[in-house]
Amino acid sequence: MTIKSTGEPKKLRVTGAEAIMLSLIHEGVDTIFGYPGGAIMPAYDALMNYSDQLRHILTRHEQGAIHAAQGYARVTGRVGVCMATSGPGATNLITGIADAQIDSTPLVCITGQVAAGLLGTDAFQETDVIGISMPVTKWNYLITKAQEIPEIMAQAFYIARTGRPGPVLIDIAKNAQFGELDFEYHKCVRMRSYVPEPRISLDNLKAAAALINKAKKPYVLAGQGIILGGAEKEFLQFVEKSGIPVAWTILGACALPKDHPLNVGMLGMHGNYSTNLKTNECDLLIGVGMRFDDRVTGDVARYARQAKVIHLEIDKAEINKVIPADVPIHGDVKDTLPLLTKLIEKRAHESWLREFKEIDRIEYDKVIRHDLFPSKPGLTMGEVINVINEKTKGEAIAVTDVGQHQMFASRYFHFKNSRSFVTSGGLGTMGFGLPAAHGAKIGAPDKQVILFVGDGGFQMTIQELGTINQTQAAVKIVLLNNKYLGMVRQWQQLFFDKRYSETYLLNPDFIKVAEGFGIKGKKVLERHQLNSAIQEMLDFQGPYLLEVSIEKEDNVFPMVPTGASVSDVILEPKK
Amino acid sequence: MAKGKRINGNGDGSGKQTYTISAFSENHIGLLNRITIIFTRRLVNIESLTVSGSALPGIHKFTIVVNDTLEKVEKVVGQIEKLVEVLRAFYHTEDEVIHQEIALYKVPTKAMLEGNKVEEIIRIHHARIIEVRPEYTVIELTGHKEETQNLFDELKEYGLLQFTRSGRIAVTRSSKEHFSSYMKEAGENTVEYAKF
Repeated sequence: MTIKSTGEPKKLRVTGAEAIMLSLIHEGVDTIFGYPGGAIMPAYDALMNYSDQLRHILTRHEQGAIHAAQGYARVTGRVGVCMATSGPGATNLITGIADAQIDSTPLVCITGQVAAGLLGTDAFQETDVIGISMPVTKWNYLITKAQEIPEIMAQAFYIARTGRPGPVLIDIAKNAQFGELDFEYHKCVRMRSYVPEPRISLDNLKAAAALINKAKKPYVLAGQGIILGGAEKEFLQFVEKSGIPVAWTILGACALPKDHPLNVGMLGMHGNYSTNLKTNECDLLIGVGMRFDDRVTGDVARYARQAKVIHLEIDKAEINKVIPADVPIHGDVKDTLPLLTKLIEKRAHESWLREFKEIDRIEYDKVIRHDLFPSKPGLTMGEVINVINEKTKGEAIAVTDVGQHQMFASRYFHFKNSRSFVTSGGLGTMGFGLPAAHGAKIGAPDKQVILFVGDGGFQMTIQELGTINQTQAAVKIVLLNNKYLGMVRQWQQLFFDKRYSETYLLNPDFIKVAEGFGIKGKKVLERHQLNSAIQEMLDFQGPYLLEVSIEKEDNVFPMVPTGASVSDVILEPKK
Repeated sequence: MAKGKRINGNGDGSGKQTYTISAFSENHIGLLNRITIIFTRRLVNIESLTVSGSALPGIHKFTIVVNDTLEKVEKVVGQIEKLVEVLRAFYHTEDEVIHQEIALYKVPTKAMLEGNKVEEIIRIHHARIIEVRPEYTVIELTGHKEETQNLFDELKEYGLLQFTRSGRIAVTRSSKEHFSSYMKEAGENTVEYAKF
């Protein structure tokens, strides 16, 4: 049976399981990442009837399903959907849900639950997933009757994608999946207790414009809110009219093309040298769709105390949470930025911008040159990324795992387009990379999707090579192998007296592992092999693993040590 | 989120003082849990908590008393208001609310019959007797916590059999009711769906 998602809906007698599928189709879903099991079996049975409209991707672990849904959502801007069974199936989603919550990724997670009559009896595979997921979801709901399904699904999608997006979990008791209902679908358009689009204060916009117009050293911090709001164009207009230098948070990468003259680089612990130093020299700080994470601010007590602060943010609870705003602008930046742009005067801040460039030269000399064009024999992560940049010319999507390679990728990967950098920012979830890259490739099949992953994180979700082999999604895996949990090793070297506690990994033969999963691979040990190996990887029509043996003692710099001020950013280990 | 006045707290230098938080929500399962985990996560201890239907049908009111800093309370209230099913949340200092608690005391009727001391205590505290049985008498007192506590301390000597105290309920001193005007705009429909 096939129901098209457009046109006049007809009342239709269906099972709850079918209603789930029909609801997904009505919400425009075309891909589900999931894993079947007892309590979700009726839904999986119904799925077979809609396989022409709903593509299901069978992962090898539920964590693989949710990270793939995240990757898919991040590159497409649509709601990612994953499905799992009750108990262990549902609990395996939790890491991904927490990751999506802190990184504002819109997801709808559907979990099976034991029949309503068994709730609370410690039935087989019963877990209180509503209770467990409550602190890490934007919303969750337990459906116990088939009739509830269409309305709750409509609310789930509405909540997941509006306002500050986030993950929603819908737990559906088995009896509700078996039950019958008269199906009719209407999208949710409003909830009285939830106002995703706040009223914009014109007075505050005027106050902000006045501050911007008189500022000598204004400084914009760009966050993911710009991308989530689809406000890249509005942001560009604001930036070009105001002439203000722009630094970005890791999730705000791609909000502005990397080669834009006003793009001064990344903020935070492993951001650029100038971007950190100038934070404590600017006279006006303008946070746009960002939340002053501790990795961005360093010591809050010594953060931009000299500057006035304007904070444009959709989530009211973020305003004044970490850094008090002199002028808060509560709203979607898609709406507030154009209003602000209208009120400001056209300016150029050339000498202020030059100050950034001068410091950039120091960073280039001390750090970047050695990262990208090393003179010593061992290969560096930076040079691998640099060769890939030369070949992809800013058109590829980069996905990362978590650790040193993530910081190198965010610093050096060249991106031109929005939604072309996918990483686990807030939660720092190792194991995110491989499944997220798979989801990204499914969401953006025409783009070159390149995963940068370390040998530690790769092994956390390595089973997803099986999923990738099954879909043949052409993910290009760049494994930067330094045989260590490199970021932890770096901290041990710098802050724990070189006591390398449990960071050495005895690794498998990754190329053989990939081969076992049916994935072609090649290992690069020396510099002269790099260029052709990368070309071969990019040209290959299918998934590919390129393992690069990296010098193990390499560290990521600059660095704002934990608890230090952004002014104390260092370029090399303290002697 | 309504802003409270900045006053100097308990005078113990901690900057902590008593705040009454009120939150209005849809009447849905699990909301109490959603609200309390916000306190747990930030290590804010709840002194008392009362949940009941509000003046508006289908709307529940949470009244939560905490002793903490203004900064923490502001953030907690912001997080409560962020919950999808919470309509509004407010916080107030002690001088901004009129509040009461109710306490019930069960004393042996024998103690009432031996001399007139218990009767005198009841009289002084303006408590009232709500049930008398041969074995016990139930006394009720409404007031601030100190008042119900004082009566407790005095009745303890007379073989108090049971004691229980409710959480706080409160109304604001301001003549404007922010929440009702908000609700007028919010309307009666909990959720609205697109018509085709």
